[in-house]
Amino acid sequence: MARAVTPQRKTLNTIFAWAIGLTIFFPILWTILTSFKTEGTAIANPPVLLFFDWTLENYETVQERSNYMRYLWNSIAIAGGSTILGLIVAVPAAWSMAFVPSKATKNILMWMLSTKMLPAVGVLFPIYLICIQLGLLDSKIALIVILMLINLPIIVWMLYTYFREIPGEILEAGRMDGAGLREEILYILTPMAVPGIASTLLLNFILAWNEAFWTLNLTAVNAAPLTAFIASYSSPEGLFFAKLSAASTMAIAPILILGWFSQKQLVRGLTFGAVK
Amino acid sequence: MTTTIRALLGATALSAIGLSATAQDTTLTIATVNNGDMIRMQGLTQDFTNQNPGIALEWVTLEENVLRQRVTQDIATGGGQFDVLTIGTYEVPIWANQEWLVPLDDMPEDYNADDLLPAIRDALSVDGTLYAAPFYGESAMVMYRTDLAEEAGVTIPEEPTWTDIMAAAEAMTDRDNEIYGICLRGKAGWGENMAFLTAMANSYGGAWFNNDWEAQFESEPWQSAVSDYLMMMENYGPPGAANNGFNENLSLFQQGKCGMWIDATVAASFVTDPEDSTVADSVGYAVFPNKEGVDNHGNWLWAWSLAIPASSEQQDAAKAFISWATGQGYTELVASEEGWRSAPPGTRTSLYENAEYQEAAPFAEMTLNAMNAADTINQSVMETPYTGGQFVAIPEFAGIGTQVGQEMSAALAGQQSAEEALANAQALTTDEIEAAGY
Repeated sequence: MARAVTPQRKTLNTIFAWAIGLTIFFPILWTILTSFKTEGTAIANPPVLLFFDWTLENYETVQERSNYMRYLWNSIAIAGGSTILGLIVAVPAAWSMAFVPSKATKNILMWMLSTKMLPAVGVLFPIYLICIQLGLLDSKIALIVILMLINLPIIVWMLYTYFREIPGEILEAGRMDGAGLREEILYILTPMAVPGIASTLLLNFILAWNEAFWTLNLTAVNAAPLTAFIASYSSPEGLFFAKLSAASTMAIAPILILGWFSQKQLVRGLTFGAVK
Repeated sequence: MTTTIRALLGATALSAIGLSATAQDTTLTIATVNNGDMIRMQGLTQDFTNQNPGIALEWVTLEENVLRQRVTQDIATGGGQFDVLTIGTYEVPIWANQEWLVPLDDMPEDYNADDLLPAIRDALSVDGTLYAAPFYGESAMVMYRTDLAEEAGVTIPEEPTWTDIMAAAEAMTDRDNEIYGICLRGKAGWGENMAFLTAMANSYGGAWFNNDWEAQFESEPWQSAVSDYLMMMENYGPPGAANNGFNENLSLFQQGKCGMWIDATVAASFVTDPEDSTVADSVGYAVFPNKEGVDNHGNWLWAWSLAIPASSEQQDAAKAFISWATGQGYTELVASEEGWRSAPPGTRTSLYENAEYQEAAPFAEMTLNAMNAADTINQSVMETPYTGGQFVAIPEFAGIGTQVGQEMSAALAGQQSAEEALANAQALTTDEIEAAGY
């Protein structure tokens, strides 16, 4: 039975939710606003919120100086590639852990998660050397594989949680009707877990898009994604906050829009199984 | 017959196309930082590619510390990702000794290495061989607001002592109106607050190490330098100074919140730029201060320079590029495109002899004096076993300097006293330097 919610309480909740939402969004909003200011207005103290001469000059400069499309394409290829590759590996892995668990399953899951606790810089040199040996420095392939491996524990964990919610009897029924392993995963399990898979996919895409350690360390020209594009606008001697903000806005815009359109999926997926 | 000739001609034409295609295949990857002068150069490279149609340029712009780490990692492992590097006077002697850099002793004749400022040339050479070509150079000096000084009734002499600076800072401070007498670096880092504090300690007669490699933080010069620094920042400095680096202070000064700012000479071109600075018309300059009786003005010297890593496979093309970017012709190119004021400062004697430049850049003379006065071999009045001005030119310094910087920054933030900070600095430096086997 639903609890009775008084209008006052509802208003209060709404205000509270908006306040939290705006606080979280404020840095992004500030970056976007700064990108339309001149360098002088960007550092003005007290800061100017809305009433300034809006200019597109920073975007023009950034467009002129950097090949945005190349960075964008690299980001899409790396984030998309690592996500797809990750799902191909993780769906069967999560299936076996959810439906045919062994004694070691719990330990394997914990062990997978423990690899996330190693600071990335600890393996920088070995991975750099492997990339040199394989001729994969500054290549998208290397980053796709590395980012897939980094995010794999999260993907497996998320999918494992979703799969656990699916009754094993349904899969059994499929087996009775003569479905093999391949058919079982492809035609029974996957369609039922679509919301879970979709949110895993989105979250992983966002994580890979924002990854800024390996993408900065293993790329130079050919494979550099948008993280490298933003980094190239930070300056040790000189104030270029407006241009930096324009570059940041251009880098986050695609993922922000994607997140906006798929927020229903994201929320549904993230809370899937949490409330019964 | 005709067919044969045709075929031959065709083959020749094809091979010619093939050859020229190969010639154009040279692509130089240049690792650089996002500084104003570097960006300007990227905008002017058409001139270089017109002169050298066979060479294409690719830029990898990185944040300063990331650049250092990336480049070190790439050279140490022989990755060969870069053909030209942007590095500073700290790295050049260390990397040249490791044989990581290609010597630049056979630059084209019109490069005119004799025209380089002697202090900069020495700082970028090992045993008389040049290992990096300076793109722009800097020392440190006092920049102050002439209007505020006049209002407060103080005169800042051309060669001020720290006592003069403290008196002027006190007189100019007007906290109610957010005017702070002095802005100095406080952000932790060997190239941030420690660059300033090392120069300041030099000018107090101190040094990082004595001839036996014993850390000197508990010596009198360091103690008075640090306590004066903290006193000035506490009483006359802006709030939150422990987070302020070059850029933050630049922003404060441009908005008219600082009476004085002691920092890199390159800042002069920013604070006098009428487009970004609200105080462009009222900036005065003075030499980096010294303590009474100590003949030392800090010896700050830095040059952003272009070098070729030994791992590059395109060293000839890289030399051609470096010669273009750091040659006299480039200075003239900048002057003709953007005016003399924008010429990269602090590398060549000829620039400072140029009357047009002197007129366009009011800070030229002071910059030149500061740079000529900087001595990176005898950086302290004490005898020391190392070289370097606002840094110690040993590989371990970046790590030690940053840790000591954190101690100083914590003291500035009020988390510990000057004595504690110095005692911690002494202990950690002694440990590190012993472990490194000095």
